[in-house]
Amino acid sequence: MRIGVFVCHCGSNIEGTVDTAKVAETSKDFPGVAFATDTMYACSEPGQEGIINAIKEHDLDGVVVASCTPRMHEPTFRRTLERAGLNRYLFEMANIREHVSWIGRDREANTNKAIDLVRMAAAKLLNDQPLESKQFSINKRVMIIGGGVAGIQAALDCADGGLEVVLVEKTTTIGGKMAKLDKTFPTVDCSSCILGPRMVDIAQHPNITLYAASEVEEVGGYVGNFDVKIKKKATYVNWDACTGCGLCTEKCPSKKADDPFNEELGKTTAINIPFPQAIPKKAAINPDFCMKIQKGKCGVCAKICPSNAIDYEQKDEFVTESVGAIVAATGFDLFDWTVYGEYGGGKYPDVITSLQYERMLSASGPTGGHVKRPSDGKEPKNVVFIQCVGSRDKSVGRPYCSGFCCMYTAKQAILTKDHIPDSQSYVFYMDIRSPGKMYDEFTRRAQEEYGARYVRGRVSMVYPKGENLMVRGADTLMGGQVEVEADLVVLAVGAEAAKGASGLAEKLRISYDSYGFYMEGHPKLKPVETNTAGVYLAGSCQGPKDIPSSVAQGSAAAAKVLGLFSKDQLASDPQISQVNIKRCIGCGKCISTCPFGAIKEIDFRGMKKAEVIETVCQGCGICTSTCPQGAIQLQHFTDNQILAEVNAVCRF
Amino acid sequence: MSGTLNYAYYPGCSGTGTSMEYDMSTRAVCSVLGIKLSDVPDWSCCGSTPAHTVDHTLSSALSARNLSLVEDMGMETTITPCPSCLTNLKTSGKRMEKEDFREKVNKLLDKPYNGTVATKSVLQILVEDLGVEAIREKVVKPLEGLKVAAYYGCIMNRPPEVMEFDDPEHPMSMDNIMEALGADVVPFPLKVECCGASFGIPRKDLVMKLSGKLLDAAEDIGAQAIVTACPLCQMNLDLRQGQINMATGSHHKIPVFYYTQLMGLALGLTEKEVGMGKLCVSPKAVLKAIGRKEKTSAK
Repeated sequence: MRIGVFVCHCGSNIEGTVDTAKVAETSKDFPGVAFATDTMYACSEPGQEGIINAIKEHDLDGVVVASCTPRMHEPTFRRTLERAGLNRYLFEMANIREHVSWIGRDREANTNKAIDLVRMAAAKLLNDQPLESKQFSINKRVMIIGGGVAGIQAALDCADGGLEVVLVEKTTTIGGKMAKLDKTFPTVDCSSCILGPRMVDIAQHPNITLYAASEVEEVGGYVGNFDVKIKKKATYVNWDACTGCGLCTEKCPSKKADDPFNEELGKTTAINIPFPQAIPKKAAINPDFCMKIQKGKCGVCAKICPSNAIDYEQKDEFVTESVGAIVAATGFDLFDWTVYGEYGGGKYPDVITSLQYERMLSASGPTGGHVKRPSDGKEPKNVVFIQCVGSRDKSVGRPYCSGFCCMYTAKQAILTKDHIPDSQSYVFYMDIRSPGKMYDEFTRRAQEEYGARYVRGRVSMVYPKGENLMVRGADTLMGGQVEVEADLVVLAVGAEAAKGASGLAEKLRISYDSYGFYMEGHPKLKPVETNTAGVYLAGSCQGPKDIPSSVAQGSAAAAKVLGLFSKDQLASDPQISQVNIKRCIGCGKCISTCPFGAIKEIDFRGMKKAEVIETVCQGCGICTSTCPQGAIQLQHFTDNQILAEVNAVCRF
Repeated sequence: MSGTLNYAYYPGCSGTGTSMEYDMSTRAVCSVLGIKLSDVPDWSCCGSTPAHTVDHTLSSALSARNLSLVEDMGMETTITPCPSCLTNLKTSGKRMEKEDFREKVNKLLDKPYNGTVATKSVLQILVEDLGVEAIREKVVKPLEGLKVAAYYGCIMNRPPEVMEFDDPEHPMSMDNIMEALGADVVPFPLKVECCGASFGIPRKDLVMKLSGKLLDAAEDIGAQAIVTACPLCQMNLDLRQGQINMATGSHHKIPVFYYTQLMGLALGLTEKEVGMGKLCVSPKAVLKAIGRKEKTSAK
């Protein structure tokens, strides 16, 4: 084999602490190396052309590039090789940036380590074999998990693009957090007026199948051919029959059920439709509060239902949907505001969350759009907003900025003045973060036109004084302490990853960060992809986002799915395990260790043997280290190839 | 209760001076509850508030000397009623976990401190080691009819990473003890506010304002008495109550007990044994009300 070695400067990224010319010069002596050079930017167009020319000029049949991480550029260079007429797997990459230049400053030691890494790559390349991909077909259906505004957008865009869409939502209605909002910033337009029609579109679109009150149970398969098992949770109402007339909710005698849609601000009936615009508009029973289910008495809803839809015996059902791509749009949850004991959340009834306040402002909310404080129902005059509750605070494990709280607080201050003209709002803030289009203007309007008093400083304590609450904090602009007597305190709670997000990530085999938010494929260049092919992200499951950003990402994810489905066939990755049928003794150890169920037992001339299901294999290599015979080998990472690297670095 | 509770006892300077009744009642209550206290022999001042503002090493050495005396006693836990002593002993212990700091401090000591002693407040061992239920069982004269506000002061539970006891914003240990004694505990919103501490001399106006606010708040919620666990808090609220009344034009006359004094009464000790006579604001009227629940609630 004639190997070419290309050592990249990566500007000063590598050259700053590695003598790349020396690395190239030294590698000329390695077995098989016919040509070696250093190059300024190997990945640039002239850099790639240089590789192609060298392949032709020096009659090379294998290439080593020593540069950055393979995750970044391995596909780039493999394409370069193909353009020069070589097999894309006769290529090795030595990571001398992340593994060398970025982590050490000693130029000599770095250069020596880089030389060792190139030596290993060349030794492996000598053992590499050309590999060919296989083609497989795609199931052009897509599943969207989560029916918030991001999921709705992704579903509609995919459906309008002609795809069959399966939308899975865990609660009984789609709409997510946005459906709970009264108004949206910075336009102060009615949230349900802009979201409602989109929700109806979901219900009426011929290409969309909606599973509400459902959760993803299991995900199998691979890009183009996923099988997703869905749990349809028991609602105790036959939704095929239910017309959403609401008679049952009117007559239900159990009126103390939790009301998650209204953020527990009030109580609701045991059989319930969350809000007037709910999609699907179907009733569901909360079994914890249903007297028929709990005590066997009552049954009023069944008697009154004109379409005989009530079914107290209903059980969870499971269905499996086959799709080619999945979009996770599972959103976020609110930070647990009771963690801040000093604010008195959960202890004083008149300390509420921003989302609870939003429900209070909403005409469809528990107070019919009238602002009433929970303790005595009086209309508050002094309303204090406390920002950054669970944002930018390392001490509660939330060092990140939730991004939208400054804006919704400004909106709520404006709405407070609209609802109660003789009211006064106070906003305790750390910084105002409002970088969007028309955003800063909006927060200024809250102050200048609506007279909200902004106090820069954190609140140290909220304590009761008579019927009211005293809010004590710092005013860091004035350089002193301030105390404000409030009728109502609204905590601008930050966002955190949705409950159960990590569990779903593991089912989807995608990564999540230490806070539970899903990780994009690349923070800049792959914002909606994940590291698992065919799984995309939209909305706040990736990090806190406001409505415009969530919608934009929903559309972006849809575009990615449509792009993926624009081909009829996908190429499989040939870097998968293969069984040497002669060596295999049929012990089955590989079958039991494979985490993906990619190996099956076959009968070969009367003997038990293992066989790899090529499209299921993920190339993790666990089977190869399990096989006592060395009969199963991961292509491109065979024992011989790895050992060649070990020998090269140990110089046996 | 398994085994006997046995601790090294560090009374602190105030315990032998300004807050004698705290020390008296603590010893008496522990004796009734079967908690054995062994005095740290030849203990010295912990450095109190001034030392640590001047020199961390020297301040830690003062506390470390006392801790090393506890090591000599062969005891593992030392307890103190005073939160200020507690802060100094605990902070010193924490700082001495770092090797270079420990070496610096040990150079100043006759005998090195090996870091084997845990420091806790009397309040902490009463709640955590003995338990509120054990206290409830021993009550012979319940404090029924007494409305009390539990005031912890700013340092009994803070900073949380040093004190490692109860909630730093809403501690409940004293509330729970008072409830076990049969008292009617009113939720005191300013229970961890600062009373002005030792600013009584340089900035009397500050103490008048801060302590005045505490008295106002206690009266606001209908408390007949305040219980504290801190000599400085007790002094500011009790001894200075007249000054506060003068400065703020208020008319407070609310007795400020050490929680151990009320515990003592409920456990059957006499007023003399818990040093009631040492209080400045007379507790007589309030103590008479105990046991006459109907009468007080009818008022």
